[in-house]
Amino acid sequence: MSINATPAGADVTTEETAARTGRHAAVPAQRASRRRAPLSENKRAERRLGWLLCAPAALVMLLVTAYPILYSVWLSMQRFDLRFPDQREFIGLENYVTVLTNEFWWTAFGVTMLITVVTVAVELVLGMGLALVMHRTLVGRGIVRTAALIPYGIVTVVAAFSWRYAWTPGTGYLANLFDGSAPLTERASSLAIIMLAEIWKTTPFMALLLMAGLALVPDDLLKAASTDGATAWQRFTKVMLPVMKPAILVALLFRTLDAFRVFDNIYILTSGANETSSVSMIAYNNLIRGLNLGIGSTMSVLIFITVAIIAFVFVKLFGTAAPGSDDGERR
Amino acid sequence: MADIVLDKVSKKFPDGTVAVQDVDLEIADGEFVILVGPSGCGKSTTLNMIAGLEDISSGELRIGGERVNDKAPRDRDIAMVFQSYALYPNMTVRENMAFPLRLAKLDRETINQKVEEAAKVLELTPLLDRKPANLSGGQRQRVAMGRAIVRQPKAFLMDEPLSNLDAKLRVQMRTVVSRLQKQLGTTTVYVTHDQTEAMTLGDRVVIMRGGAVQQVGPPQELYDHPRNLFVAGFIGSPAMNFLHAAVQDGSLRTALGDVPIGDRVRRQLEGADAPRELILGIRPEHFEDAALIDDDTRRRGMEFEAPVEIVESMGSDKYVYFGVEGERASAAELEELAADAGADFTGGGASLVTRLSAESAVREGGNHRVWFNLEKIHLFDPNTGRNLTLHEGRAAGAVAD
Repeated sequence: MSINATPAGADVTTEETAARTGRHAAVPAQRASRRRAPLSENKRAERRLGWLLCAPAALVMLLVTAYPILYSVWLSMQRFDLRFPDQREFIGLENYVTVLTNEFWWTAFGVTMLITVVTVAVELVLGMGLALVMHRTLVGRGIVRTAALIPYGIVTVVAAFSWRYAWTPGTGYLANLFDGSAPLTERASSLAIIMLAEIWKTTPFMALLLMAGLALVPDDLLKAASTDGATAWQRFTKVMLPVMKPAILVALLFRTLDAFRVFDNIYILTSGANETSSVSMIAYNNLIRGLNLGIGSTMSVLIFITVAIIAFVFVKLFGTAAPGSDDGERR
Repeated sequence: MADIVLDKVSKKFPDGTVAVQDVDLEIADGEFVILVGPSGCGKSTTLNMIAGLEDISSGELRIGGERVNDKAPRDRDIAMVFQSYALYPNMTVRENMAFPLRLAKLDRETINQKVEEAAKVLELTPLLDRKPANLSGGQRQRVAMGRAIVRQPKAFLMDEPLSNLDAKLRVQMRTVVSRLQKQLGTTTVYVTHDQTEAMTLGDRVVIMRGGAVQQVGPPQELYDHPRNLFVAGFIGSPAMNFLHAAVQDGSLRTALGDVPIGDRVRRQLEGADAPRELILGIRPEHFEDAALIDDDTRRRGMEFEAPVEIVESMGSDKYVYFGVEGERASAAELEELAADAGADFTGGGASLVTRLSAESAVREGGNHRVWFNLEKIHLFDPNTGRNLTLHEGRAAGAVAD
């Protein structure tokens, strides 16, 4: 890594300073003195050791993530249908044009977005409530926490089957509750049930992440707020939420990324019938069922890009910090 | 501004532990009262009960004549300063100080004016737009004070506000707090475990132990006339020396020689249930180098000779540690004080701390002759801890009639 005086170089120096001192506040004087200083023998050896220690992990990452990603990008640029292997051909971005002008893709994209936004929003509210209960509860803390986490501990597919049976007319207890109707045969009710299953399953996860955030709010802060004249609601909105913001953003990021890739529940509950497919669902249908590696890969790459954009928005625009760093509060 | 009255206030936790027991305290309007005691003595719980952050199990709390037992903290019109400062990290200094005013729904202009005013008093004006994360400990502490004073509340409650500062800054902030309180004349209850802070800051000091009030009074009175062994040992630095004393033939046999006792103390010791063994307490400054005193003074005390262990020269005077023979004074109070000071290691043998004049020629290693003032001696009953030399609340020494 060379050090020069360009703005990018300055960034590099800052990072090094931060790494060395173990803190994120770079002192300007330090930055100036480090900018052009040649590395000592000791430092160079230390750096070499650093790279060596990272190497195994970096290699594994390259093998299991970078290679498949690059390979699917490569596949997405080809006409490649396993039913007609002879027609395999490099066609550039033609697959992308095909997918992005296709109505099924956009329907699935809309469904996925709907599921993502609704489930994450509901989970945030419910999860916060659950987290507060788990955080505040004095009696039977262990039981409350364990009970709340049970849905998250159940395999998604198993849970999805239980929802499907519950809504099956004739035998399902939930379907019977609603006069034996068949909600999974209609689009709106199917989507509602899919979202319900998602929310039921992942709210505990949200609650768990938020509870970690609640632990970040010092008791004294809430006491100070109540002597300052804040009501319980004001304490929550003006003190707790701002202090918890980094944890909330991390929780939202995790859940949004997860929710966007929704697959299991849809696969079991409707198999994508009545236009309830998510993008992952139609990618699967094209790639595995349809054996169309070109189109399937194109969809996978598009999902990857969307997820990357979501992550980018969260990290850059909302300033979500990685869990464990306190960089967010400095600005 | 208002007075605060605690009428038999107790705190009992659900698990049965009693943190505070029947505290009676009347804090006058504008008074600066310090609650002091070792950790776990109930001082913070008492403060939290005044603030409303902790429920009162029994008894009555009145602020400004009004019963506030069941009022929420926000309705009590009190401001609190915490040891951790408890600044809102997401708000700037200005927003932190304006927070209570904003909640009180004051208009923007009044808020600004009050904040600027408070900032000026505490010299925070250049820092108003910074976040707490970018402030030093002392600055944060001042912001916390600022947030308390902008509101002009009925009372300030301070929970060890200076304990997180380094020693030098603490001394400086002590005077700031003191001056501020005098300027504003707001009733203040201040909790600390540091007896120096208690001595220097308060109009009156309340010493607590195990949830109960031991003695209430102006600092000097607690120092000169401690009601019991605990108060005597807690107040003062270096602490009072405690020696074992056996009552024998009208005098006290101690490691410093036979100490004569006056008629009044003797009468007390003649009762059937009177203790045969006492604890003699004497403060370090009531010793003096025997070579440095005039005859008039000499008559009021007695002398002894002991090996010098350590000499600490403070410039203005010398702290001299003598090794003395004989039994150690032992009482529950003393053990508690030692535990609170973290002194589970005594190094064997009783050691006597004395504060001698700087001119003293005392040397480590040799023996030295030391005089001490008999009029300043306290005698304590080791079982009850009561100060036997107190007469109508005043300490009279062992020889007084």
